[in-house]
Amino acid sequence: MNNSRRNVLKKSTAMAALLLQTLTQCERVYAYQQNAFDAKTIADLNKSLGLNLPLESSQITINTPEIAENGAVVQVAATTTLANIRRWIFVVEKNPVPLVAIFNLSEDLLPSITARAKFAQTSDFIAFAQLADGRVFYGKREVKVTLGGCGG
Amino acid sequence: MSDPMRIRLQSQAGVTTVKVLMSHEMESGQRKGDDGKIVPLWNIQDVSATLNGKVVMTAEWGGGISKNPFLQFAVKGTKPGDKISLTWRDNRGDSRTDEVIVS
Amino acid sequence: MYPTNTGSIRSTYKDAVLSIILVALVGIAKAQSGSLEGLTSTANVQKSEQSAEQSTEKAIAQYRQMLQEANPADLYVIKGESLWNSARGPKRRSLASCDLGLGPGVVKGAWAQMPRYFEDTQRVQDLESRILFCMQDIQGFNSVDLVAQDFNTPERLNISLLAVYVASESEGVPFNVPMSLPQEKEMYKIGKKLFFLRAGTHDFSCSTCHSETGRRIRLQDLPNLTTQDGAGGAYGSWPAYRISTGSIWTMQQRLSDCFRQQRFPKPIFASPATIALSVYMGFNANGSEASAPGLKR
Repeated sequence: MNNSRRNVLKKSTAMAALLLQTLTQCERVYAYQQNAFDAKTIADLNKSLGLNLPLESSQITINTPEIAENGAVVQVAATTTLANIRRWIFVVEKNPVPLVAIFNLSEDLLPSITARAKFAQTSDFIAFAQLADGRVFYGKREVKVTLGGCGG
Repeated sequence: MSDPMRIRLQSQAGVTTVKVLMSHEMESGQRKGDDGKIVPLWNIQDVSATLNGKVVMTAEWGGGISKNPFLQFAVKGTKPGDKISLTWRDNRGDSRTDEVIVS
Repeated sequence: MYPTNTGSIRSTYKDAVLSIILVALVGIAKAQSGSLEGLTSTANVQKSEQSAEQSTEKAIAQYRQMLQEANPADLYVIKGESLWNSARGPKRRSLASCDLGLGPGVVKGAWAQMPRYFEDTQRVQDLESRILFCMQDIQGFNSVDLVAQDFNTPERLNISLLAVYVASESEGVPFNVPMSLPQEKEMYKIGKKLFFLRAGTHDFSCSTCHSETGRRIRLQDLPNLTTQDGAGGAYGSWPAYRISTGSIWTMQQRLSDCFRQQRFPKPIFASPATIALSVYMGFNANGSEASAPGLKR
């Protein structure tokens, strides 16, 4: 093999190695699920996320305030005694965009997530939990939203 | 230029609870501005958390997450000296990463 | 100019009224256990109204407590501290040498002793008027120009950030607003007079809302600013993060908005009148622990 061809081979091998290195070092690249964030109903949302036959479960505990003084910031939390949770899906039913957040959990995480969501009005907060085997359960609680008074 | 997050850790028996406040407007895309026009959606879309470089949680957020988002989760199997890193990316291409060490 | 969103306020008000009625009905039902006489007895109705009110109070307390654990104000304190230590203004210097009353550069505990008289300005100054002075004196900013601006201009927003940082450095410190110099005493007198002064188109005064314990407007509790407890809790929790505006408001801004609600003319930013009101509230708060930055709906 002459020198120039050897050089080209060397360079392209190096390039390939670099490309492979970059691909494997890349964070898990996933497409932002715009469809889910476009869904206007829970039925559409569940379809877009592949959440089939969600069942209400008493093993899911939802922690939300009974009354939200200001719907702009409402602390919502979900935890469960169910095993192998892979995904939490947080939903505020009466929001113009019901889907609030998707949390993908590795096995290194406890199955508890707390976040703060906007509530456009008094509404149910629903947390869907998807297990590793694909089954979906949910818990829900109503949050009353009010904005009274003058100041604060 | 994105603002720093405020990250608080609480560790007990190898489980570290991470409480993070992120600085972000999180415009819902539903609000009307002073000029009567809709203020465009501006939100953190992706969040990820790593423990010593290994991804332990990712999240996708919409405009329904509150402004200056708060997030709390708990990581198992941590020990002093471990590095927990949080990253967010928004729909304008901005991002921010902050790290803390487990004490 | 004034935000009006009557549609959503009406519907959330309706929700609030409905939920209070619902809670009251539940309260009444629980209190009765089947007795018809019980349903018509005044005492029972009063008791269930009280329990409805109490459970609403409890629910709101829970809402607030959940958010208090991670106050978004902390993000602004970080920004304020960074600003404090940044070389800024025409003179390109930081505020590190600013004297807030405990000596140049001493920030910790300083706000708990403000407002106070300052020898170098020969004035009693509150948190913001003192920061404004340092910005002019040390950094070369034009304070007249800053006073003329609105609260939401970039540099006025910076003043709010600086204020929330400085105040946070007194968190947990008992208020000790000095009241020994004649200038301080005079400002207290003026502040008290202004507090009780009825004026404007609606004949309001601060005291209309804030001089009796237990008052509220709809679901908003109104602190009694004439007592140590009321003043301590209220005055001591500003600057605060306001959820409704997603921003930090300082006491100057709170006062300005109260003036608006009373249909008073707009007060001049950091004016002696506004400082006098803070002297009145601050001194009344003495002994109470400062709690800023607060969290408000």
